[in-house]
Amino acid sequence: MRKSIIWICAIGILFIPLIWIKLTPYLVLTTAGLAFGMFLFMVASGMTIIFGLMDILNLAHGALFAIGAYLGGYQILNLLNTLGWVETGSVGLSTISLLLAITMGAGGGAMVGLLLERVILRRVYGDHLKQIMITIGVLYVITELIKILWRPTAEPVLVPLAFQGSFDIFDVIVGKFRVVAIVIGLVLFVGMQLVLRKTRLGLIIRAGVENREMVQVAGYNISRIFTAVFTAGAALAGIGGTMWCIFQQQVTPEIGLDNQIFALIVVIIGGMGSVTGSFLGAIIVGLSFNYVAFLWPKLALGINILIMATILLIRPRGLMGRE
Amino acid sequence: MAEISSPSRSILSLLSVHIHIGQHHILQGVTFDVEAGRSTVLLGRNGAGKSSTLRAIIGLNPVTSGVIKFSGETIQGLKPFEISRLGIGFTPEDQGVFYSLTVEENFRLSLFEETEQTRRNLETVFELFPDLKKFWRTKAGLLSGGQKQMLGIARAFVNDHKVLLIDEPSKGLAPILVEHLGHSLNKIKDKTTVVLVEQNFYLASQVGVDYFIFDNGRVVHKGQMKDLVDDQALKKKYLGIG
Repeated sequence: MRKSIIWICAIGILFIPLIWIKLTPYLVLTTAGLAFGMFLFMVASGMTIIFGLMDILNLAHGALFAIGAYLGGYQILNLLNTLGWVETGSVGLSTISLLLAITMGAGGGAMVGLLLERVILRRVYGDHLKQIMITIGVLYVITELIKILWRPTAEPVLVPLAFQGSFDIFDVIVGKFRVVAIVIGLVLFVGMQLVLRKTRLGLIIRAGVENREMVQVAGYNISRIFTAVFTAGAALAGIGGTMWCIFQQQVTPEIGLDNQIFALIVVIIGGMGSVTGSFLGAIIVGLSFNYVAFLWPKLALGINILIMATILLIRPRGLMGRE
Repeated sequence: MAEISSPSRSILSLLSVHIHIGQHHILQGVTFDVEAGRSTVLLGRNGAGKSSTLRAIIGLNPVTSGVIKFSGETIQGLKPFEISRLGIGFTPEDQGVFYSLTVEENFRLSLFEETEQTRRNLETVFELFPDLKKFWRTKAGLLSGGQKQMLGIARAFVNDHKVLLIDEPSKGLAPILVEHLGHSLNKIKDKTTVVLVEQNFYLASQVGVDYFIFDNGRVVHKGQMKDLVDDQALKKKYLGIG
């Protein structure tokens, strides 16, 4: 009963912006907000599981996002464009280009993530202060490395032909790539839920978030599971980066820094360690950012901090976080 | 260094084991032997080092010096998961049950591989603790304190471990439940070697065959439980009872 009242209230809040915004722009903003939420979810979900299971506060997650953007979104799409697959070509070629870009973004994120966990983070397990210091350091170092490897300025990112432009549904203009982003975000969310609920690895992760010691005592090599989870989280950040820079149609070395703060807000709103929480948190942040940016552009970033502060006051462990 | 007399039936032996946690010298040369099939109780006041000893055996407390042998194999320095796979089960003081998982998932996680023996063990578990079958699909966090304790023990037991380390299972349980627990542990000890840390002397005397008394991080007395029950002076000196 109480749960359903909360749900009705939550859905009710969604319609409040209609007081100030007409229906058509409202629907446009909503799809834009949902798409933005999905990009945030891709970054935040990895961060939240890494925090929940490994108790690691990884502020270099944004760097993995940036690597995904440069390798997947920028490099691969430019390369494929020389083959005539991206800005020209069939729907099939556009789709293959996007999938290849995502794969490369995920792979790049995963590889750097693997190195990061094995070489650096392993030494600072159990010490949050050191984790924050070293991962912020890594974030800046990777940002600078990107300036050397690519360029220090913003670079245009190509959008595969089939995903350019928008659908016009009764005057509601919906960007095609936004729809793609929402679909991919949902697929990732459902996929993660299936892994967490239906597989042995998911069982170990859920148990590990609660009590790492007992997972080891039950006979599992937690260190290997840590590496696997960290790498998977890094791959998700890479996918997020790839998708985000295609959506923005440009990439800058600071892309990781800029998104890190959003991801952190999402993780905190959703509750550390909860995938569903970060999914909800990402949608809340994505929607409110878009509504407020339309109504009072200057308040747009501030609104998320405000929401985070309000939620933390009412529920210090976040929406779905455990006590 | 004194050589420990290792009877051929010894399954678990500690020789001069030291542990430091931070600046504290927690275990100061613990030496004892557990014989296969003889359930053993570690007694002593709070802070005497009993729980730390169990955690050292399973690999959760790093050993500073000394030797821990299990079935003739040196195990100190191994990781907890390696020690567990060799055949040692552990139920910590807080039961270590996963609250967000169902009873079934708790068992599935613990069952490293399913064999004929583990299936039989599960049948035994259901006989001993019918509640666990009843709440098979309930989240463990919703169980009562007693049921959680049973789940904690049963989960370690199904795996067919050669030794089961159980830390203070009676903690926080009503007297009637302690009675039931004693009955269940007696069934379990017929199938595996139980090493029990227990403050509740009644339960300890019900389950234990051999005992070791800990004081200040050392074993100060050992013997058979049936002799200790009547030794009022010893009980008063080290356990503050009797």
